[in-house]
Amino acid sequence: MKRFFEGFVCGILNGFFGSGGGVAAVPIIEHELGGDVPQTEKVRRAHANSVAVIFVLSITAAVSYLFGGGIDMASAWSYMPYGAAGAVIGALFLRKIRAAWLQRLFGALICAAAVRGLFS
Amino acid sequence: MIQAVVGVLSGVIASMGLGGGFVLLIWLTLFQNMPQREAQGVNLMFFLPIALISVIMHARAGLIDKKLVWSLIPGGILGVVLGTLGSQAIGNDLLRKLYALFLLAFGLRELFRKSPGTETKQSRAQKKS
Repeated sequence: MKRFFEGFVCGILNGFFGSGGGVAAVPIIEHELGGDVPQTEKVRRAHANSVAVIFVLSITAAVSYLFGGGIDMASAWSYMPYGAAGAVIGALFLRKIRAAWLQRLFGALICAAAVRGLFS
Repeated sequence: MIQAVVGVLSGVIASMGLGGGFVLLIWLTLFQNMPQREAQGVNLMFFLPIALISVIMHARAGLIDKKLVWSLIPGGILGVVLGTLGSQAIGNDLLRKLYALFLLAFGLRELFRKSPGTETKQSRAQKKS
């Protein structure tokens, strides 16, 4: 029942915003993995398993978006191959450089975009 | 050209687990003026191959706990269906504002959160003593 509710939280975000389910999934899975896994390994596993959960939920969400108004497939296709290439690059070379300054920079950019989104 | 840059950047950030969906969504809504919900649909489709690649790579590395993953799916699917219906019901303008709030919360957390593996003054002091 607890897992059902935890999944539900990830699903609501992913369905409502079309992204962001991982934001909830990573800490939830980290918690579920328990205390006997070392911290760095836990973070790694939490990210890996959250992508798996969000993958299944995103398929569901994509199908329900398709039925509820459709998806602009042409736009999606125009970004997809580059995204896939980026995913391979990221997985191969960049997994280790989760540098603090990179995280801060990204955080600052997101905040700036959020403020612009709020007032535009 | 700009699509390549945005696409690769989103893919890299997504596979690093930093929240790649945000990059494409912000690009589409703020710079391409795509309506919020349309952009969310595009982002969902865009994410599928990235997630598939990542899941295959993670599974090969033996990182996937299938039992744990499947245990979260049933609730997740119900959430997705209700979330999708909700986003359809409230309309693009409110959805855009709510998304901006969600982004702000995430951005602030990224700004002030300690990176895993980053040493703080306190943890260094503890090691020394």
